Amino acid sequence: MSDHLNIGGKAIINRLFIGTGKYADYAVMERALKEARIEVATVALRRVDISASGENILDYIPKDIIIMPNTSGARTADEAIRMARLARAGGLTNWIKIEVIQDNKYLLPDNLETVKATEVLAKEGFVVLPYMSPDLSMARRLVDAGASAIMPLGSPIGSNRGVKTRELVEILVREIRVPVIVDAGLGSPSDACECMEMGCAAVLVNTAIAVAEDPVGMAKAFASAVWAGRLAYVSGLPASSAKANASSPLTGFLRDDVNKSA
Amino acid sequence: MNININGKQVEVEGVKNIFDVVNKRALAPEKIVVEHNHCIISREDWHKVALRENDNLEIVSFVGGG
Repeated sequence: MSDHLNIGGKAIINRLFIGTGKYADYAVMERALKEARIEVATVALRRVDISASGENILDYIPKDIIIMPNTSGARTADEAIRMARLARAGGLTNWIKIEVIQDNKYLLPDNLETVKATEVLAKEGFVVLPYMSPDLSMARRLVDAGASAIMPLGSPIGSNRGVKTRELVEILVREIRVPVIVDAGLGSPSDACECMEMGCAAVLVNTAIAVAEDPVGMAKAFASAVWAGRLAYVSGLPASSAKANASSPLTGFLRDDVNKSA
Repeated sequence: MNININGKQVEVEGVKNIFDVVNKRALAPEKIVVEHNHCIISREDWHKVALRENDNLEIVSFVGGG
């Protein structure tokens, strides 16, 4: 089955995107990326500690992976725009995950500033994937501003609470013409599968994989769940009903009382 | 000469331009991005940008993040 996700001119097969934060070490992250056959991975941008010569994450990300820097740490559109330009100047990618957050308790994004940043960066040729609170009007504004996909949250970042925003995300899936990628809060492979069965184009997972006892195994589990959910969606899930519908024939029973008229 | 690197004032000696700063600190050029007084300077121009007293440099790189 040819079922690619097309974003920014790239054809993506694996609809599990991975965040690279919180891994105990980069070598484990590299194995998770490779063994789960990840094609898109996020990174963050930070000041270099000029007094220390630490390892560089880029040495552990396979070269064929699409790197999607985020603007985490940005509190305004202007800060996000500055970070995006710096990230692109690194010469590896023109993808950007816009993340504008002022709220440190729930890490919920500022949709308005996110729209502003999307508009500027899409005009500058970035492939813009904004992280957002699931809201139909704002999603439409993001698409009008040039977003290549939208990334509504499932629940707060790192909370592992699953798709608490399900009803709102379903509306986005039905109404928005760019890919809808659930980002944040997915705590288990079944959460990811649920998103894919709903018709989401992809999911982005970081914490649940990175802090698992075996991140490599968990990455593979998520990848399998994403694949299963996608296959279920494109195969057409049947309608549910309150009452039973027998799977076996309701004729030819080995009982006299029900067969006597036949 | 004093310049600000990543928000900290640093005294630098024998340094004329951005290339010298990067070189002296043994930073991997292909893995960093440098902003000079809020302007991004591409790697090939690092040696062209002369540093002056109190200039601001931001030197950033990618780290793990979600």
